[in-house]
Amino acid sequence: MSRIAARFEQLKQQGRTALIPFVTAGDPSPETTVALMHAMVAAGVDIIELGVPFSDPIADGPVIQRATERALAKGVRLIDVLAMVRAFRECDAQTPVVLMGYLNPIEIMGYAAFSQQAQAAGVDGVLIVDLPPEEGHELVSLMKAQGVDLVYLLAPTSTEARIALIGELASGFVYYVSIKGVTGAAHLDTDDVARHVATIKSIIPLPVGVGFGISDAETAARVAQVADAVIVGSALVSRIEALVETPERIPETIADFLATLRTAIDTPST
Amino acid sequence: MATHADDNHALGQKPGHDAVYEMPDAAGHFGPYGGMFVPETLMYPLEELRLAYERCRTDPEFQAELDADLRDYVGRPSAIYHAERWSRELGGAQIFLKREDLNHTGAHKVNNTVGQALLARRMGKTRIIAETGAGQHGVASATVAARLGLECVVYMGEVDIARQEANVYRMRLLGAEVVAVKSGSRTLKDALNEAMRDWVTNVDNTFYIIGTVAGPHPYPMMVRDFQAVIGREARAQMLERTGRLPDALVACVGGGSNAIGLFYPFINDAEVAIHGVEAAGEGLPSGHHAAPLCAGKPGVLHGNRTYLMEDSNGQIIETHSISAGLDYPGVGPEHAWLKDSGRAHYDSITDDEALSAFHHLTRTEGIIPALESSHALAYAHKLAPTMRTDQTILINLSGRGDKDMHTVARHDGLVL
Repeated sequence: MSRIAARFEQLKQQGRTALIPFVTAGDPSPETTVALMHAMVAAGVDIIELGVPFSDPIADGPVIQRATERALAKGVRLIDVLAMVRAFRECDAQTPVVLMGYLNPIEIMGYAAFSQQAQAAGVDGVLIVDLPPEEGHELVSLMKAQGVDLVYLLAPTSTEARIALIGELASGFVYYVSIKGVTGAAHLDTDDVARHVATIKSIIPLPVGVGFGISDAETAARVAQVADAVIVGSALVSRIEALVETPERIPETIADFLATLRTAIDTPST
Repeated sequence: MATHADDNHALGQKPGHDAVYEMPDAAGHFGPYGGMFVPETLMYPLEELRLAYERCRTDPEFQAELDADLRDYVGRPSAIYHAERWSRELGGAQIFLKREDLNHTGAHKVNNTVGQALLARRMGKTRIIAETGAGQHGVASATVAARLGLECVVYMGEVDIARQEANVYRMRLLGAEVVAVKSGSRTLKDALNEAMRDWVTNVDNTFYIIGTVAGPHPYPMMVRDFQAVIGREARAQMLERTGRLPDALVACVGGGSNAIGLFYPFINDAEVAIHGVEAAGEGLPSGHHAAPLCAGKPGVLHGNRTYLMEDSNGQIIETHSISAGLDYPGVGPEHAWLKDSGRAHYDSITDDEALSAFHHLTRTEGIIPALESSHALAYAHKLAPTMRTDQTILINLSGRGDKDMHTVARHDGLVL
């Protein structure tokens, strides 16, 4: 069983919803990321998503675009992100790590080389924003051979036929993009999310995470009632952005915020 | 420089020289290039677009409407012009210009926007978005949106806005909102990123008019089909004028829509040599250029796999060309395929060579060309003397130079 599957199995037995933070690797500097990952685990997160910086992040809103630009300005490359995961693994063998990014850096490294190096570094899953199932067969089979999960996005525009197609390739969990838009957008309609998640669960036998547009404890708590995982990105990254001048304060600030989300998610609704 | 006007090119598509060129495949692939590399949110809208386009492509009523617009609104067919004085001076092949500069709005871009706007209306979309570099596609989009009463938002890099002020003003006059893109390199590629983000957010009512033969399927095919009117007309015009096909075609390649428009109807004519000309900027060795086919390598950007300007870690790098319309790190996937298959030959021309050709055509023939098209002219300037005087070169004069007055004047040390 993969680390991701094991983690969801454990949460299911505890009757809890997963909390998954997203941060851009190397933002604001490569030195901060591993310490931040450990701090997030201490704050109670279940899986970590690390963004791999890419020069043209078409699915990201301004907050994560700026994080990407900060990381790229520090020269952060895909191999550096893999090194961060390897360093994290030296002290944490349990918490699953998912890389989220765009295809081109992987394409240039080579699919086979990436699959091997990701596995060797201790990466558990990979989510490639601009690699739909139609184009992904080659990479999927290489990743599967390495035991690395391919996490797919599903959108409000995904038809039932597309959900089924993605179900054939996805493993670990699927990530429902709760709104039409880019990361960090507002106005999440929880009823609408609940309907879509129910449809997805009727077709795909994997845990469903929900992200894009969850920025506070209240929304996180509402989404937690219908999803297997709550994914929070821009709300964390904007807090990191506010502390670029005092990076030593980042781990604690992020951990405090995640702890409030953890509490909200775990508190039974009335 | 290769000068193989007499060579017989194989199609390279499949074994056998008599294979008929049929690209892309059903999933939008040109060999290993093209495809649909987009976030999941856009997959269904792209499928909707593909189906709508398939219906229109075979609908006589749509085609009649398009033909009428191209005739009465764009001013087609555009002329072909025998540049006799220039040809005589070079002492080689006879040079013909396909006069896309005479179209309404001053460039080939409008052929595509007229087609996509009709499609948008058929699909019931009320809002048009577009990206633009030099501003020609933005102007062509704002123009058709004004005519059909559609809301229009044009994304344009901050750097391009500064160097193409006149076109920005034209778009605003036409009622479009021009949004300055401040991310990344603040040029065409970033404008495209921002338009994609808008589309993801507003898919229900919005039609994204991509201005070149790039982007995810079906855009490279659809834009090619709309631009192929250039080559269809030119092929018939050359046969009528000279009694045979041209020996060589020359067109500039940024994203590559004017080039594909000219080339596509000639792809099965193996005796016609095809030359695409990229922007070498300050020279390929300088690294300051926009020539992915000549000096880049394959990768994935903006929804398709193609040749890109990228570093060894897969990050897209900044490009340079004096012409904003060629200043793009990618190129249409069909060009990538035509390069690999050997059917077309790609070369590059520097800023200085393009400027020199700009001045030369202006003084010799009384035609002021766009800086983009000047790259094709500069290449033909080298090619023609290597050919016989009974041979012909057909150049796509893709746009007029009015928009470039400030750039050229500045280069000559003048401020207008």
